[in-house]
Amino acid sequence: MVNDYAGYTAKKKLIILLLFGTTLIMGVYAISTGSSGLTMGKVVSTLLGQGDPAAKAVILNIRLPRILAGLLAGAGLSVAGCVMQNTLRNPLASPFTLGISQAAAFGAALAIVTLGAGKVQNSIADAVLINNPYLVTTSAFAWAMIATLVILLLAKFRGITPEAMVLAGVALGSLFGAGTTIVQYFAPDVQVAAVVFWTFGDLGRASWNEVIIMTVVVSLSIAYFLMRRWDYNALDSGEESALGLGVNVDRIRLGGMFIASLITAVLVSFLGIIGFIGLVGPHMMRRIIGGDHRYLIPASVLAGSLLLLISDTLARTIMAPVVLPVGAITAFMGAPLFLYLLARGYQKK
Amino acid sequence: MILDIQGLAFKYPSRPVIQNISFEVQKGECLAILGTNGVGKTTLLKCINRILKPQHGVVLVEKEEVFKLSRPELAKRIGYVSQRQGNPRYTVFDTVLLGRKPYIKWDISSRDLEVVNQVLALMDLTDFSLRFLDELSGGELQKVIIARALAQEADVLLLDEPTSNLDLKNQYEVLRIIKDVVQSKQIAAVITMHDINLAIRFADKFLFLKQGEIFTAGGMEVITARNVESVYSIPVCVEHFGNVPVVLPL
Repeated sequence: MVNDYAGYTAKKKLIILLLFGTTLIMGVYAISTGSSGLTMGKVVSTLLGQGDPAAKAVILNIRLPRILAGLLAGAGLSVAGCVMQNTLRNPLASPFTLGISQAAAFGAALAIVTLGAGKVQNSIADAVLINNPYLVTTSAFAWAMIATLVILLLAKFRGITPEAMVLAGVALGSLFGAGTTIVQYFAPDVQVAAVVFWTFGDLGRASWNEVIIMTVVVSLSIAYFLMRRWDYNALDSGEESALGLGVNVDRIRLGGMFIASLITAVLVSFLGIIGFIGLVGPHMMRRIIGGDHRYLIPASVLAGSLLLLISDTLARTIMAPVVLPVGAITAFMGAPLFLYLLARGYQKK
Repeated sequence: MILDIQGLAFKYPSRPVIQNISFEVQKGECLAILGTNGVGKTTLLKCINRILKPQHGVVLVEKEEVFKLSRPELAKRIGYVSQRQGNPRYTVFDTVLLGRKPYIKWDISSRDLEVVNQVLALMDLTDFSLRFLDELSGGELQKVIIARALAQEADVLLLDEPTSNLDLKNQYEVLRIIKDVVQSKQIAAVITMHDINLAIRFADKFLFLKQGEIFTAGGMEVITARNVESVYSIPVCVEHFGNVPVVLPL
């Protein structure tokens, strides 16, 4: 029997390995894609420390931070969605349904309009310039964490159910959406343009500084989630079963929500709103690899990275030289895929 | 004794549910908790397992006060089978493996796999081990959930209506397995039940709850028409087939 089970789990490990390989190849392809005429071979040799200085400059200064940002943001958003769906026991849980993205957008709008962090610059390469990105980021992050804390405090002190937690998130989302509208209403046209630009998710904003911060936050968070994978499995059987199996349900739920919100806040505040990765990544993997978080967490990480890389590559190439906001591409790709998955019904794997 | 409950009480802000509950269970014994719907049977089990926090009382397992233990340590001493079942998208093997959760530090050990194999064989589930829970019958599913609790290798099993929704054959099979395991492993089981005759057939001791308090408790001697009528408020008679009493509603 142990052998049969080992065969059963080996299939899941193979899927993860295949996903890893595909993501790696997609990463190299994404770096080579663009107007500089780079080939995949040239990219690999440059990454290995060879190659000409021009290719090195393009790859290391422009393409690599963007691709790494895509890998990290995809991984982070997808794993955050995976854990939120488990801890809230709600398949619709995501940074959007909890109002965290809307809170970050409000924070950014507030910084751009009232703190003078943004202005419009007319240039071909960059139509809109946010002249103090760290002020925007800090404000977006602070408001995202305020939304998270409200939800966590409601959970902790009012003991609200997971369902009520999502409803609280919807209320917060509406509140912050309304706040953003009011801020925009009183803002001059140029600042409204800056706010709207910020709300489009874009990987091109990431420099090496942001990539380093995202690497630290996302990798530590994934390590925490992996440490808790057995707790999430137990929670899948229901709260009472999990308690009976020795899981400190409140602590796991609050910890999971806090870390997932932290990832979202950091990523949204650096890159803008990138939707659907947190929903589609884990849902797709749940159908392919099953609900066991030993495999679902790494699979969601890789699926999120792959999806965002594909979306970003499409965003850069569909209407080149115009680069579309990746958030719009993820929504275009994600929403129909999500509807298809729902329509196809639950197929066991 | 293996399980010692002293003065357990739990109340919601609006009403008390259970009060002043004290009893003991010896090794190798099955105790049936009987009473009407809403009398506090499930609440009592949840209080023993600290799923609900009782306002008063002490629970001792092997003379150790379990409320002072961490959750994983508590799960090594008390296994709980709730009325709500496992995740339908998990296989039988994965579900039973979850019973090893209190012992797993980072990954499963060979000991964990060995225990799961033993429990699957004991419950006659080996052939089903890679099936998903939603492919099982009600009886098989209940056996899987009990197997998960057995994989915890706990001293005490708490089972909340383990035979509800099962046909007669499966009711007898599930209770027979529980009784065999309790006796062979010298652990204890506390089982809430609705079918008093099924309880008579398998339990060693009986505890009748009425209005959140113990009405009476003991061995077969407490199965009397008077006690049953007082607890359930319906007229009954108790006939004997050999040494086994049978409660018949009139």
